[in-house]
Parts: sequence; C-alpha cells; structure tokens
Amino acid sequence: MSAPVIDPVRATAPRTTGKRSGKAKRTTPARFDTALGWNDKPGTAWALRILLCATAVAIFAAPFLAILSGAFTKNASGSSLSFLPHDSTLLNFTVAGERGIWDYFSNSLVIAGGGLLLQLVVCTLAAYALARHRFRGQALILTLFMLTMMLPEEVIAIPLSLVLGDVPVVHLDLKGTVWGVILPLGAWGFSVMMLTEFMKDIPDEIEEAARLDGVGELRMLWQIVLPLCKPALGVAGVLGFIMIWDQYLLPLIAAKDPTDYTVTVALSVLRTDPEVGSGVVLAGAVIALIPSLIVYLLLQRSLVSGIAAGATKG
Amino acid sequence: MTATVTTPAARGGRRPTKKALVPWLFLAPGLLLALVFKFWPMAKGVWLSFFDVRPFLGDRWTGLDNYTRVLTDHRFQDAIGHTLVLGIGQSLGAIVLGFVLALLLEGQARLLKIVRTAVFLPAVTATAVVGELWRLMYYPTSDGLLNSGLNLFGLGPVQFLDNPDLALWSTMAMGIWIWAPYNMVIIMAGLAGVDRSLYEAAAMDGVSLWQRLRYVTLPAIRPALGIVLTLAAIRGLRVFTEVYVLTGGGPAGSTEVWMTRAYTLGFTRNDIGGASAASVVLLCVTLLLTVTVNYFRKRGDVR
Repeated sequence: MSAPVIDPVRATAPRTTGKRSGKAKRTTPARFDTALGWNDKPGTAWALRILLCATAVAIFAAPFLAILSGAFTKNASGSSLSFLPHDSTLLNFTVAGERGIWDYFSNSLVIAGGGLLLQLVVCTLAAYALARHRFRGQALILTLFMLTMMLPEEVIAIPLSLVLGDVPVVHLDLKGTVWGVILPLGAWGFSVMMLTEFMKDIPDEIEEAARLDGVGELRMLWQIVLPLCKPALGVAGVLGFIMIWDQYLLPLIAAKDPTDYTVTVALSVLRTDPEVGSGVVLAGAVIALIPSLIVYLLLQRSLVSGIAAGATKG
Repeated sequence: MTATVTTPAARGGRRPTKKALVPWLFLAPGLLLALVFKFWPMAKGVWLSFFDVRPFLGDRWTGLDNYTRVLTDHRFQDAIGHTLVLGIGQSLGAIVLGFVLALLLEGQARLLKIVRTAVFLPAVTATAVVGELWRLMYYPTSDGLLNSGLNLFGLGPVQFLDNPDLALWSTMAMGIWIWAPYNMVIIMAGLAGVDRSLYEAAAMDGVSLWQRLRYVTLPAIRPALGIVLTLAAIRGLRVFTEVYVLTGGGPAGSTEVWMTRAYTLGFTRNDIGGASAASVVLLCVTLLLTVTVNYFRKRGDVR
C-alpha cells in the first residue's frame, strides 16, 4: 500500500453499496475513492476539476437564472434574455395573474395533492399485500404492476381519452374534473415495486410478535410496517409528486376546456396569447417551477438515493 | 374502526378462505385503477385499431386497413426516422454526458454535493417548463440567449428551431440536457459499488487512467449502464411532450415523431382508428424492446 493519506471524512464515509467493500476495513487512500482518482490537494487536476464543475453548473443550472431574471424584467422578450434582470418589475406576474395563472396553479395543486395522496395509499396497500402475504397468482399480479410501468400514458392516450369521457360500467364522465387526471395516476408500478422491495426487508419476527399480540391487518400496516417504511415512503412521495407535476398529455386530454388545464399545460396557452410577451410566459414558468423545486430541495437526498435504488432493483 | 372489521379475517388461521381473501382486499384499489385506466384502454386501443371509428354512425370493421394506412403513410414513415434519430442520439448523448458528469462529480466533498444538486435541476423540472425555457434560449435573432453566446465566437444567428435541417438536432440537445443528470445519478450509484481495492490493484500494476476506466470501471458499472440504456430507449420511443412543447412537430414536419403524429391523427383529425393502430405499433415495439433488453441483461448476469 502506498503512503496512506487518510482523510477522516472520506475514511468514515459509509460505502453502503457494494457488498465486497464491507469486508476490508482498511482505510484506503483518498485517491482510490473515485474512478478518476481525484484528490483534494490543490494542483492542476484540482483546478481542472473546479473549472469543469463550474462549466457543468453553468450548463445545467444557469438557464434557470435566465427564467428567473426574465420573469422579473420589464418588456422581457426572447431577444433580451439575460442572467440578470434589468428594469426589474412584478408586472409580468400581475399580467400572468390576470390571465388566470393562479387558477391553473390551484388546479395543479389539487391534482398533485390529491393524486399523490391516492397514489401513496393505493400503492402502499398493494405493496403490503405483495410483500407480506403469500397468495396464488402473486407473480402474475407483480407482472401486471410492472406492465403499468411499461404502458406509458402516451401510448394509451387516445383510448384513455375515450374511457375518461365514459368510464366503463359506471358510465361517468370524468372529463373536465380533476378526477380525470387523479384516478389514472393512482396505480403507479414504480411505487408498488419500490415499496414492495422495502417492505420485504422488514424482519418476520416483528410481524410475528405483533400477530401474537392480536394485531389486525390494517393496524399491522399502519402502526408497524409504515413507520419502518418512512424512507421508502419519502422517496415514493417525492418521485410521485415530480411525476404528477410533470404530466402534460393526461391533463390535456382530460380537460373539457382550457380552464381545466394544469399550470404546466397552461404555459402553452400563455405563449400563444398574442397580447403577452415572453416575460409573462416566464413568470408562469417560474410559478410552475416553484413547487417541484421546493420538494426537490427539501428532500433531494431521498430522491437521489431513490432513483438509484429504483434503478438497481427494478 | 376499520381495523376491527378486518381483524377476524386476519386471525382466521382456522378459516383459510377468509385469510386468503386478505391480500386481495389490499390489492383491490390498485388493481381496479390499473384495470380501468391502463389495461382497459390498452385493450380498447387494440380493438379500435381494427375499426373505422365513426362517432354516431357506428364503427365499421376494416381489419388491418388502419395498419397498412399508417405504415404506408409517408408522414408516419418520416416520423419513424425522426423518432429513431432522436431516440438514439438523445439516449447515447445523455448516457455519455451522464457518465462524464458522474466521473466528474463522484465523491463525498460538500461542494460536490452542492454541484450535484444544481446539475440535477433539469431532471426535476416539468418538461413543459423546460420546453418554454429552451424555446426562449433558442430565440432566432442575434440577441437571443444562445445566439448572443455564439456571437462571441463570431458566429451568426442560428435559426435553431425554424430551420428544418437543424430543428431535430436542437430538440435532441434539449433531450440530452434533460436526461444526462438523471443518468448521472444512476451511473453514480453504479460507481459507488465499484470495489475500491480494484483501483488500488490497478494502480499497483501501473495501468494508465484510460485502462483503469476501460477494464475496471466500465465492466463494474455495466448493469447500471444496461438499466440506463433500457430506460432511455423506451423514453426515446414514446417521446412526446418535449417535441410537442418545443416545436409542435414543425417546421415542415421536420421534428414530427411517432407520438406527435399519432396525437395529431387522433385528436385533430379525429381518425381514432388510425391513431389507435399507430399506438399499438408503438406499444408492440416498446414491449419487444423491453423483453429483448431484459433477456440480454439476464444472460449477461449469468455469465
């Protein structure tokens, strides 16, 4: 082993993934921590890394500054977009408000809130059955939920729009109601899979002890399984929210007229309005951006680990 | 209250029929929603694809007519080409860029975490918002955001979205921008699982950085790459929102992809049968792709 330069932060940092790394408890030099062997000491490699990081931030994050500055700029247009607002004003937001942006926004909030609640309840129930029970046809049901992931909204959009207009058996017209968007989002294969995987890891002993105490199924789920699943529920919540907020085609086909649109779909209404400029569209974009941004910044750690877990397990 | 209702069923070890019912009660809401809003529409789509759908007049069975019509329509043929170019280019671009980002931003330092948070922003932003943002960045006059950047290098204003030869590539650039950070996260999870002692052994053997990447890192993250590739390919096939928001398929149909074409056919031309046939074709290709990739992934795992 070459001269070990032990960086205490890195040495103690948990390397949870990769079972093999667990057996060797030796402290490896920091330069073996990354594939490219970056190290923290100032030098050319270090300077290069800082420069590249700055470039990455500029490419991926700076455009958001342009949205923000454009939204606060008077008479902003595509030709005057910059990273700093000039002539700062709130006028764009006032105009966007007059065009009903807050109504669209509240549509979005109702759909995101209701849809997420329904999705979490439905997927948790299904995952509980799949993880903690054995029954005939289990593999088939699991496959069915996986299929829902492979059946993107886009592919079934046309027949789905017919179904939303006349739900089979009950013959309800869901078009123009928030239910038209909320109900199709209820069963999300990804959440079912992830929660199932997580619930499977809960030790049987805990469940058996609870059963001896006479705990019923719903209490078992609510008081014993769910508290142990908090991290997975967090991930399902964040990813579900971002997925629902990102919906475009579904709110489009579920709407009866433009007042039913969500805020993301309504941006195109603003854009095609000849009387408003780019600044107003950008103000709308900022309003549409804020909720997902808040959710992301608050819970980004669980989101990122969730994407990784979902990808490696699925 | 509800707990007391199900408790007897749960305790029913003595009565196996009731116990067997419990999982189905928990599955019922999910299965019902999936049935009504996923599988029923899918079946209905397949069914309608064999009909000439005429509201109020009654549907007329036409067999495979819709399929031949869609597959021989030159705008659909163009759309296949665009979907493939866009899907492949966007997927590969986003994977390569995601890999580079993962290599660059791998590590525990606090600053790196902040950079990662910033870089991941495109992946959490709604596609429609990203589309509006890029429309403005692509603004065609010389003082548009990207064009003023090109100005610095003495390059004239580029008509990113209005030039039929460029529009598809401009759309692809946006797709790469959206999906590279997402791939970065998955690849980074793969990188975290690479056995560190292998790097050390490689260093002792005196291999170059490139060899180390080629023979240690890449094989180790192959499963992660496989997942990223599958996800990207499926996303590429069904691409809709990006194109619809950014160009609407124009100019002159140069960015028309399979789903925007099906959407136009179904919702603005009211050709439900044809649009259903197009969707069924896409569905078959998606399923085929998923099954194939899974097959190869499983085989790869065994080896």
